[in-house]
Amino acid sequence: MKILVAVKRVIDYNVQIRVKEDGTGVVTDNVKMSTNPPDDNAIEEAVKIKETGKATEVVAVTVGEEKAQETVRKALAVGADRGIHVKVDGILEPLAVSKILQKIVDKEKPDLVFMGKQAIDDDCNQTGQMLSALLNWPQATFASKIDVKDNKLEVTREIDEGLETIEINVPAIVTCDLRLNEPRYASLPNIMKAKKKPIEEIAASDLGVDVSPRLEQLKVEEPPKRKAGIKVANVAELVQKLKNEAKVI
Amino acid sequence: MAVLLIAEHNNKELRPFTLNAATAASQIDSDVHAVIIGQNSEDAAKQLSELPVVKKVFSVEGAHYENFTAENFAPVIVKLAENYSHIVCSANTFGKNLMPRIAANLDTSQVSDIIKVISPDTFLRPIYAGNAFATIKSNDAKKCVTIRPTSFDPCESTGGSASIEKVDASEEFSNTKFIKREEIKSDRPELGTARIVVSGGRGMQSGDNFKLITEIADKLGAAIGASRAAVDAGYISNDHQVGQTGKVVVPDLYIAVGISGAIQHLAGMKESKVIVAINKDGEAPIFSVADYGLEADLFEALPQFMEELNKLNTIQK
Repeated sequence: MKILVAVKRVIDYNVQIRVKEDGTGVVTDNVKMSTNPPDDNAIEEAVKIKETGKATEVVAVTVGEEKAQETVRKALAVGADRGIHVKVDGILEPLAVSKILQKIVDKEKPDLVFMGKQAIDDDCNQTGQMLSALLNWPQATFASKIDVKDNKLEVTREIDEGLETIEINVPAIVTCDLRLNEPRYASLPNIMKAKKKPIEEIAASDLGVDVSPRLEQLKVEEPPKRKAGIKVANVAELVQKLKNEAKVI
Repeated sequence: MAVLLIAEHNNKELRPFTLNAATAASQIDSDVHAVIIGQNSEDAAKQLSELPVVKKVFSVEGAHYENFTAENFAPVIVKLAENYSHIVCSANTFGKNLMPRIAANLDTSQVSDIIKVISPDTFLRPIYAGNAFATIKSNDAKKCVTIRPTSFDPCESTGGSASIEKVDASEEFSNTKFIKREEIKSDRPELGTARIVVSGGRGMQSGDNFKLITEIADKLGAAIGASRAAVDAGYISNDHQVGQTGKVVVPDLYIAVGISGAIQHLAGMKESKVIVAINKDGEAPIFSVADYGLEADLFEALPQFMEELNKLNTIQK
């Protein structure tokens, strides 16, 4: 079984983001960037499946500007075998990314495609489902447990009401929740080794996909700020405030 | 053209966020039609027809719709979408799973998780865990929009009498099979719609200690929430998680206990009307959004809190 894992470069989850004063977006200059956290879980799961002998190859793919390649390199350092970087500049909507990934799937013919359930920058939560639609493959979204059984996967999904288990036939798409596993850290020798692993560079324009945006971002602004609160001295004061001042209990 | 609302239900009755999504749909266009797909879901379809904002209901029945599998739902909606300018549903796990599958089939760039309808083609949505708001204009002919349910009031649930039209089922998608659903049943209010939420974090130190939270929640008629750290540690099940990748809640009162207040948690609760933080670390970021902060050891504060509540003559429910 061959697993393709899609990874995205985003502002690191620990960074307190700042909105640009001209309202065109958020500040990304000199800001720490990382792999989208649930994409790390997707890589980890693929590598674990390979380690159990149930997968033969793990290919990491990213779509984006020059520096997006760092995310592929990191995936190689934790166990992916080779990488693909589809180069494209500018804003990419999930629909465009899923069309590009569809072309990569046509070329690579993986049995499974894994990715994070949501990117923590645009919070769209779309790409995996869109790719499944374009390929007419089954989709197991928000996965917190994956059992590989021959040509099927049993996947536990995190849903609002609790947990749901489905069985999907390969080829299939899985989008990963943060609870799926604990991503490993890359060891120094593996980081060195990863530098020798191949990354194929493909220009998005060579794939014949229209990636022009359909959405216009008219403005990005800071959310309304909460007014500063107070510290109370003890529990009795807190309960009195809630009862008599805020009138919520 | 009209708006097509996708109803969420459990085959017996509508799920509550359908009413919030109906409100958002009616703000886009007054001509709202709704589709309900399920098995033996006639009662829920009737309920849907009684929402005054809904002018027409499509009902689609089939055994393969019993478990709301997106692969089975999407083709039905894609076919119906022909006559509509907008497709709308809630941005909860039901809608998040389903809508992109529809959007991609319609070759439409979806607008996810909107918190405001500015005009029929322009919407406000949070990005970066709610640390920025983006105003987005869609230039697609058909617009697929998921709405953040807590940002829209539920619509009236009675008084309407829309016609119900049966629509033929689509073929079953055979490569996805439902196995089971483990729902945690509780008599407490639903987290997403509760007036009061009491949440625990890593500071609770164990699942057993959550009983301190449960007691208070029962006393206040509150729902129980948790930070991702608490769920990851196994203190409580995932359906309680509040945050960027969990549930977004906007209660009148949110009490955060032993929660440090990571950006990802704040994303799920900082729009609450009144926020209380109880934490022994006075520097914890949760205090920056709290209306009332109490710097204290939660294992002393929570029993005292219970005592104080017991002293009150009345408690709003």
